[in-house]
Amino acid sequence: MKIEQVVFYIFSLLAILSASMVIFSKNSVKSALFLILTFFATAGIWMLLEAEFLALTLILVYVGAVMVLFLFVIMMLDVDIASLREGFTRYLPFGLGVAALLIIGLAYAVGGEKFGLNVITPLSIQPKVASNIVALGTVLFTRFLYPFELAGVLLLTAIVAAISLTFRSRSQRIAFIASKQIETRKEDRIKLVQFEIGKKNL
Amino acid sequence: MIALSDYLTFSAILFGLGVAGIFMNRKNVITLLMCLELILLSVSTNFIAFSHYLHDLEGQLFVFFILTVAAAEAAIGLAILVVLFRKKGTINVDKMDMLKG
Repeated sequence: MKIEQVVFYIFSLLAILSASMVIFSKNSVKSALFLILTFFATAGIWMLLEAEFLALTLILVYVGAVMVLFLFVIMMLDVDIASLREGFTRYLPFGLGVAALLIIGLAYAVGGEKFGLNVITPLSIQPKVASNIVALGTVLFTRFLYPFELAGVLLLTAIVAAISLTFRSRSQRIAFIASKQIETRKEDRIKLVQFEIGKKNL
Repeated sequence: MIALSDYLTFSAILFGLGVAGIFMNRKNVITLLMCLELILLSVSTNFIAFSHYLHDLEGQLFVFFILTVAAAEAAIGLAILVVLFRKKGTINVDKMDMLKG
């Protein structure tokens, strides 16, 4: 068994185990952290496929930005986890059945006799002229320039949409007004109560 | 040497786990979004595997755009979730029946 096979099996096993922990774990924070582990393992597999730029982008963009956003939202919202897990055991056999059916069908469709080594072999034996980033950039900025700019516009739209959805205007915010605080006098806030000594007041 | 079918089977398993997660955690919107990320990841792995074996860079470019769209989708989805939680105080999918559909 060659070293790259060992690396492939380790990474894929790690990815599959942590992906199943994502869907089975009770706590949302834990599933987000296991999803980060899945991303790391899949980035290793993408490295094995000589897609270095995308593997690093997966770690930087997904783990660095998207999953941090997920964790931020999970911790900001006060979610009652117990009520959200109600139907879990009821739908467990159904979900597992659907997953097993999908995996068996897909594994049969993409199995060794159609995409095995005797059918298709990787062509990367020949030495590469340029690195992966140079090759990607060359294609991205010539033939795919228009989709690239569209992707930029899409990101801008996402920024505007996310900000305008969650923005609270001045009237909705809980803010203190300094002039009102200064103008407040003692008589407005304090009420003096006279207790009678000797009687039970409570 | 690793066959293409190994990579494809790996991503098929990831896809199946994502679909199973959507079926099982159907009340928690955050977990649903995470399962969507899982499914997108498996599809991207498919693209990169084919791009490697067919020696064609366009698969990797496709993954580049998938990453962009997925990041935008996660940002807007979570923003909608925050607004929903402010309005309703819960993120249970069953409680989202304001439209009486």
